[in-house]
Amino acid sequence: MSTVHEVPATPTSDSDPNGSAWSGFSSGPWQDHVDVRDLIQRNYTPYEGDASFLAGPTTRTTHVWETVSAMFPEERAKGVYDIDPHTPAGITAHAPGYIDRDAELIVGLQTDAPLKRAIMPNGGWRLVETSLKTYGYDVDESVKETFTKYRKTHNEGVFDAYTPAVRAARRSHVITGLPDAYGRGRIIGDYRRVALYGVDALIAAKKRDKLSLDTRPFSEDVVREREEHAEQIRALGELKAMAASYGYDISRPAATAREAVQWLYFAYLGAVKEQNGAAMSLGRTSTFLDVYFQRDLEAGLLTEEQAQELVDDFVIKLRIVRFLRTPEYDTLFSGDPTWVTETVGGMGDDGRTLVTKTSFRYLQTLYNLGPAPEPNLTVFWSQELPRGFKEFCAQVSIDTSALQYESDRQIRAAWGDDAAIACCVSPMAVGKQMQFFGARVNLAKTLLYAINGGRDEVSGEQVSPVFPPVVAGRPLEYDDVRRRLDRTMDWLAATYVEALDVIHYMHDKYSYERLEMALHDRDVLRTMACGIAGLAVTADSLSAVRYARVMPLFDDRGVVVDYDVSGSFPTYGNDDDRADAIAVELVESFMDKIRRQKTYRGALPTQSVLTITSNVVYGKATGNTPDGRRAGEPFSPGANPMNGRDTHGMLASALSVARLPYDQAQDGISLTNTVVPSGLGRTREEQVANLAGLLDASVGLNGYHMNVNVLNRETLEDAMEHPEKYPQLTIRVSGYAVNFVRLTREQQLDVLSRTFHGAL
Amino acid sequence: MTLQALAPLSGLSPRSQRLAAMRSGELGSVHSWELVTAVDGPGTRLTVFLSGCPLRCLYCHNPDMLEMKDGRPVTAEQILTRIRRYLPVFRATGGGLTLSGGEVLMQPAFAARLLRGAKELGVHTTLDTSGFLGANLTERMLADTDLVLLDVKSGDPDTYRRVTGGELAPTLAFGRRLARSGLPDAGGHGPEVWVRFVLVPGLTDDAENVERVAAYVAELNEIRPDTVTRVEVLPFHQMGRYKWAALGRTYELETTQPPSAELTERVRDQFRTHGLRTY
Repeated sequence: MSTVHEVPATPTSDSDPNGSAWSGFSSGPWQDHVDVRDLIQRNYTPYEGDASFLAGPTTRTTHVWETVSAMFPEERAKGVYDIDPHTPAGITAHAPGYIDRDAELIVGLQTDAPLKRAIMPNGGWRLVETSLKTYGYDVDESVKETFTKYRKTHNEGVFDAYTPAVRAARRSHVITGLPDAYGRGRIIGDYRRVALYGVDALIAAKKRDKLSLDTRPFSEDVVREREEHAEQIRALGELKAMAASYGYDISRPAATAREAVQWLYFAYLGAVKEQNGAAMSLGRTSTFLDVYFQRDLEAGLLTEEQAQELVDDFVIKLRIVRFLRTPEYDTLFSGDPTWVTETVGGMGDDGRTLVTKTSFRYLQTLYNLGPAPEPNLTVFWSQELPRGFKEFCAQVSIDTSALQYESDRQIRAAWGDDAAIACCVSPMAVGKQMQFFGARVNLAKTLLYAINGGRDEVSGEQVSPVFPPVVAGRPLEYDDVRRRLDRTMDWLAATYVEALDVIHYMHDKYSYERLEMALHDRDVLRTMACGIAGLAVTADSLSAVRYARVMPLFDDRGVVVDYDVSGSFPTYGNDDDRADAIAVELVESFMDKIRRQKTYRGALPTQSVLTITSNVVYGKATGNTPDGRRAGEPFSPGANPMNGRDTHGMLASALSVARLPYDQAQDGISLTNTVVPSGLGRTREEQVANLAGLLDASVGLNGYHMNVNVLNRETLEDAMEHPEKYPQLTIRVSGYAVNFVRLTREQQLDVLSRTFHGAL
Repeated sequence: MTLQALAPLSGLSPRSQRLAAMRSGELGSVHSWELVTAVDGPGTRLTVFLSGCPLRCLYCHNPDMLEMKDGRPVTAEQILTRIRRYLPVFRATGGGLTLSGGEVLMQPAFAARLLRGAKELGVHTTLDTSGFLGANLTERMLADTDLVLLDVKSGDPDTYRRVTGGELAPTLAFGRRLARSGLPDAGGHGPEVWVRFVLVPGLTDDAENVERVAAYVAELNEIRPDTVTRVEVLPFHQMGRYKWAALGRTYELETTQPPSAELTERVRDQFRTHGLRTY
């Protein structure tokens, strides 16, 4: 058992209410106003060493983890472990819950018991009802009455305002996965603020912000801001009450490392009690917490083992965040992901690394607790990172396949050195920026509409504006097809952004993220995060039209449903200008069209090339394409080249993707790679050095992101047959990680069909 | 621009002009290229596969590279352009250029230009060869080569003939030349050597055959210590089988199974007994 419980409080000073909490910290502007980055910069201890200092799990840690993980098999079998169908979620809705009250160092659960899911009807009642029915729970009639009779939901608001064009595009799946029936997520509260300042100081600051709004003359924007600030202040009050129900007073700043972890976790917990966002990311917390760990370690108040124990206990909590979701949601985002994304590593603007010992401690949880998909550990990779950290990351990837990497240089240049990833690849400055998540459009289907004069190749219906289809009996001509596509993309961009404007207007109105936004500055940069799916299919199709001979084949409805391709053509993913340039041009062209649209709240338009696991669904809804892909076959995930067409090695594939310009895809470009262990070297040292080298090479040539799986195909095949043997087998899909055995069979087969690099 | 994409120079040139370009090494016959990690030398490498091979190994897993006429005409300059693009990759990973095939030394002038060009760019160079045409490697080329992946397909001349259709002696002589080239009195640059041995059950797995390869490798290290820094025993696999079928060639190992883990370890141990670092 740990002795952390007995750590004495640091002595208090009567003159300064923050004296004990902040004693030993270098002073600066962070003391006068909310500025977590300033505290970090003035107080953190960069760590340039290796992983040898790390501590293993204590028996207490192992006990708590085993207690909760013993519940996973039942959860996996049933889909959910338990649901509370009676209590609409909220920060204070549920009584305190514990895994093992006496053993836990960091406390707090979303409901009153581990793995019990809450209903969150503000997003939409139908989602709640469908989910309850799916898992065999009865609907609570009084709750139903409230949310169908008295309280309007986000989902209802959206459908009140959608245009017929948006509805048609949504129905035909050219626009899919919109957050109109589920929470948008992708907002990161700066949960560190609660630890550093305590809730009372944050409330006081928000009150000052609200006062400044009171002096502004009426406009709808000002009134909305005032109302939102009132909600934020209310949410902070509830946060204090929730923590108090666990016996903690978080009105004041955290005074010890353990308190800092606990305060920060309470803040995050408040957010996931209230919002079922598609991604509920944590931010960039390890180096912040390291300031506290370092202070307690130096004061002799904490041992390394105790520090690790706190991190392990915190991570156990992050691993069991759960939301109630529908089967339709699972087909989009498979494996029950929550995207508790935590950003680790990177470099500071001043050239010092932001790696600390606590960065290592976070990664160490993958050994102490075994591999897991959550929290979604994301390393900001730079060639300048300390060698010891690079090697530890590479080693962890080889052992667990649980890490993803993003380019520190590109993100820092765009958003500063206190940015973090929301979800998979979407960067934002913590506490200063949020996004309006926009799912994505189906670019490959758009190309088929262009060929068919706006008719859907599956249903035959007219979806986009009418113009003459291509001529029968003549091979497709590149310039003609590209012009048609351009015109169709104009329609797509307008329809798409209109849908997003409606969604986010209603989300703010009916399902506002009160607590997450309370942990932001008053003036927030909002991005309108559009996205495209099917980039590789579309680029390869255009390449086929350009470099081979593609004859359109019509059916008796007069719709082109197939293509006769003769001759060869270059494909995207082989570091070949001819095909890669087409992909680059598509990205630039769609971004240009997005920028011309009016956005809700003046949001800055961005786009991602990211699919999560929806590449399977998008492919299912799309007919035969001119690149030879058959109807219904999955697209490649994210910005990946099509499976099996990237024949020049993993890095050549990555370098093709790296040609996509980040400044035209500022919401991120996702690349997932799988390499077999022997494809990295003969010995462990070689494998570690080679993987670190590959990451250096990739970011050095402008690569933005890389998911790295180090796996043998046989392992996955065996896991499909014997899931019980692989409860913790973790694999990176598109921007997140999942338990392989929790994927649908369809998704598992998609993963197996991907290119395994280095297979000999 | 990819190598595959290049319009053949012959499109405009007479056949004789093309042959002259190949003789001078400005033009080569190339099957493909790949960026690979950890298999064809240290770090991440640009491996260029040249077409054409004088041997006909029963287990060949690149039978589509056997004929020089099947490759695509590519200029040395085009490959050097690609090498220049990958300089940051080589720097970051400790990698470089690997020439493989087919048999690189079927096109010595072309290979010479690539090796020289790479060295001028400061790039680590590796030559993957059977050594059968070792006599084609000039002293200049030897000086431009940092690492040789020497494929010793058998230790027993009869087995070698059965496996490859060729003679063992040239390979043995080539390896000894590589070892001697690094001696002080040779005044030369001695490349590092990794020896590769493909283990095929029923064909190359005879203990005596393996022993002769191992003894030979040990002999190279007696000539010049640390000439051979690693031995790779490569278990036979059937991943090339589909290529034989696609080419309509008779594949004699149709039913041969990959070696068992025990057999592979036995063979590796045979090398290890000679003090060789073996994988």
